[in-house]
Amino acid sequence: MSIAPHPIQIRVRDPSLQRNRWTVAFRLILAIPQLIWWCFWSLGMALLLPVAWIATLILGRLPDWAHEVYERYVRFNVHLGAYIALAANDWPGFIGDRGYAVDVDIAPPARQNRWTVAFRLVLWLPPYLLASLLGFWAGGGGGGGSDVGASSDPDGWDVGTSIVGGGGGGLLTLVAVLAWFAILVKGSMPRGFRDVVVFCLGYSAQVAGYLALLTGRYPNSTPALSHPAAMPPHPVTAALDDDRRRSRLTTFFRALLVVPHLVWLVLWGIVVVLAAIANWFATLAMGRSPEPLHRFLAAYVRYYAHVLAFLFLATNPFPGFVGQEGGYPFDVRIAPPARQHRAKTLFRVILVIPASMVSSALASVRFAAAIGGWFAGVFTARMPEGLRDLSAWATRYDAQVMSYLLLLTDRYPDSAPTLEVGEREREPEPLHPPQPAAATVWEPPSPDWGRGPEAIR
Amino acid sequence: MTTRAPGAPLPRRALAAVALLAFAVVAVWAASRLWSTDVPGDLPQPAVDPAETFGETALDEAKSFETFLRVSAVLSQVALLATLGLYAFRGARFVRESAAGPIGTGFLLGMLGLAIAWLVQLPFLIADTWWLRHHDVIEAGYVEAIVGDLAGLAETFLFVCFALLIAMGLARFVRERWWLPAGVAFVALFAGLNYVAPYLLFGLDPATPALKRQAVELARAEGLDDDVPVEIMPVREELSQPNAFAFGLGATRRIVIFDTLAEDFPAREVRATLAHEVAHHARDHIAKGIGWFAVVILPTALIVAFATRRRGGMAVPEAVPLALFVVVALNVVTMPLQNAASRRYEAEADWTALQATRDPKAVEDLWRDFTLRALADPDPPGWWHVLYDTHPSGVERVEMARAWAQLNGHR
Repeated sequence: MSIAPHPIQIRVRDPSLQRNRWTVAFRLILAIPQLIWWCFWSLGMALLLPVAWIATLILGRLPDWAHEVYERYVRFNVHLGAYIALAANDWPGFIGDRGYAVDVDIAPPARQNRWTVAFRLVLWLPPYLLASLLGFWAGGGGGGGSDVGASSDPDGWDVGTSIVGGGGGGLLTLVAVLAWFAILVKGSMPRGFRDVVVFCLGYSAQVAGYLALLTGRYPNSTPALSHPAAMPPHPVTAALDDDRRRSRLTTFFRALLVVPHLVWLVLWGIVVVLAAIANWFATLAMGRSPEPLHRFLAAYVRYYAHVLAFLFLATNPFPGFVGQEGGYPFDVRIAPPARQHRAKTLFRVILVIPASMVSSALASVRFAAAIGGWFAGVFTARMPEGLRDLSAWATRYDAQVMSYLLLLTDRYPDSAPTLEVGEREREPEPLHPPQPAAATVWEPPSPDWGRGPEAIR
Repeated sequence: MTTRAPGAPLPRRALAAVALLAFAVVAVWAASRLWSTDVPGDLPQPAVDPAETFGETALDEAKSFETFLRVSAVLSQVALLATLGLYAFRGARFVRESAAGPIGTGFLLGMLGLAIAWLVQLPFLIADTWWLRHHDVIEAGYVEAIVGDLAGLAETFLFVCFALLIAMGLARFVRERWWLPAGVAFVALFAGLNYVAPYLLFGLDPATPALKRQAVELARAEGLDDDVPVEIMPVREELSQPNAFAFGLGATRRIVIFDTLAEDFPAREVRATLAHEVAHHARDHIAKGIGWFAVVILPTALIVAFATRRRGGMAVPEAVPLALFVVVALNVVTMPLQNAASRRYEAEADWTALQATRDPKAVEDLWRDFTLRALADPDPPGWWHVLYDTHPSGVERVEMARAWAQLNGHR
């Protein structure tokens, strides 16, 4: 897969997952000085923004001094967000210096299209809404977020998207809370959670940088841009083979065309519930799922994933009704029955709760991505790469959660924001990666909606 | 010229022709049985002056109101047929948008055809909504009307998919003879839907005890052994038009009266309405409607099977767009017959209500008030009446009430 580089690029300088339990236990309290400093800095940035906007409109590019200030501000946000969300272990600095464990590289100032500068606030709204769902929860802000950098959020939870303001969301919050418990027990950050946090912070940084005129490139929500580690071999994997072409007609009526599938899902689901109960008893007794039940339930999981992929525009063609393996562009592969831990089988319904919570948060993100993708599909006949990949990731995770619940595997769902499977671990990013020449790479906006066929795996 | 040897089997075509002829004879016999009603054929025809009965102003207003809706309905139907005609030739290209098997792809093509038709008819829906709002007939806004119509489209999708599942599934097993078992299955499905329909309607209020007592009394008067439950549908928030209907079969039969009729009309007129709806059950009109459906659907399925042969028959999804067009076109062609049967049953219900209530004044007042409140044209153009009207006109209904009064010595 080739992904066009983005001028605002998240980096993981320190891929270590080890965390100090004491600093994790008191993480929020430890971050209070930075949070107070962040409030003042955010206010200053908000006041400066109209000046920077007018200057960019006149000059065609953000002045160097403003670029420097906003670059540091966005970087500081990422550092603080990573610290609070447990993606980093070290206490961050106050002025957004390079070199923190989770960092962001921002390209030098480049020319920007004045039209997109003039309408930046309007253009920024769709990615802002998505960032709200990915970012920290604003704690019942009641539609807050329109006051740039002047979030009224009292508990300072709105860090990852601070310049973006508050409003809705919660994937990052949920993952951070779950990770907090996991670290206190294990002493290390789960790899999948770390990569979710990095992805969310990376996208939030793009969104903040776009509003702050650091770049004219539209935010791209594809998780691949955050270079997550490959998912370790898992019994339930997914592959997407999609060229992003969408039929305008089937996109326009997508929610209605899926109605027969939803009815069939419910009818089939009634039998699946009975089969799952039988499977639970059988797996408890035999230590593995019986082959016929496994096959039947696996077909349902595949079908469920096909329908979700179609409904939420991760794919284009109308799916079949039998959940055939290899029969759909979003293909879910489920390994044959294997031995399962009986204790995990016994408490499966309880064990699945955290994964279900992540799945719910991802479902909100996927819904928002589908809304954006619907407009793009109807008007351009193409699905934006970032929105499609978000939808595919959420659907793959759903398939793993359902497989876990239905006892097709005892491997816990992997939240890594990727469909890629393998042994590739995240490696330390270079401290100062080579920056491409501004004129060749950081051209103003080119929403990557026009590129050719590709497949993400 | 070849001659058939004595004792040799009849050629297949001759057998098919004989079977078709037998089928046609049975269909005509069934239609003639279904056509007969209790309404005397030699009723007197007292003169009814629409202007005098309904009022000059109301008549003009109703004509103006309905003319717009008539034009819209005709244009909408022309657009529907033109769209589906075009889709019949070009729709097969959407096969490439499906990763499903033949039947699943058939579902997609069927749904897309209806979706395109819906889009084409959308301007007429908006125009009608504007007109109805303009005349304070409905309260719903444009978005509400469109969303409501979309929900209806989703229901239609489900029915189409189910019908295609039956037709295409059978076509894969019994080839070109699918139409016969499919026709029988459609009739069974239609009967089943009629049976369960009362369970699919929610949000009804119970009728008043007085209304329930009247329903029992009228059911006895009209020859029903069992009671028919009566319920009230609260529509006042969305609609100002009065209405009532009977549905369900056997144990599930029901009568529903809009609150705009039950609460706003005089008690005698509500009783006449109830008598009319009870009559639909007493004279088995729902069951007879299923009979008419059978008379129409079997030839329709046969014609679809014949028309789609060149596209590979109903077993392949490419035939679905053409099948969709043929079904809709045949529905339009047979609509005058179906509407004529419906008008006969409505007339029979009117007549039975007159016999049961023995109150022609109340019945005449009901039709006059009903026509005025519904902004219905009491004397529509003949072409419209024949092609589209499912009920007798206001003038015809008043005529019948006066004829009954004349025959029974009422003034």
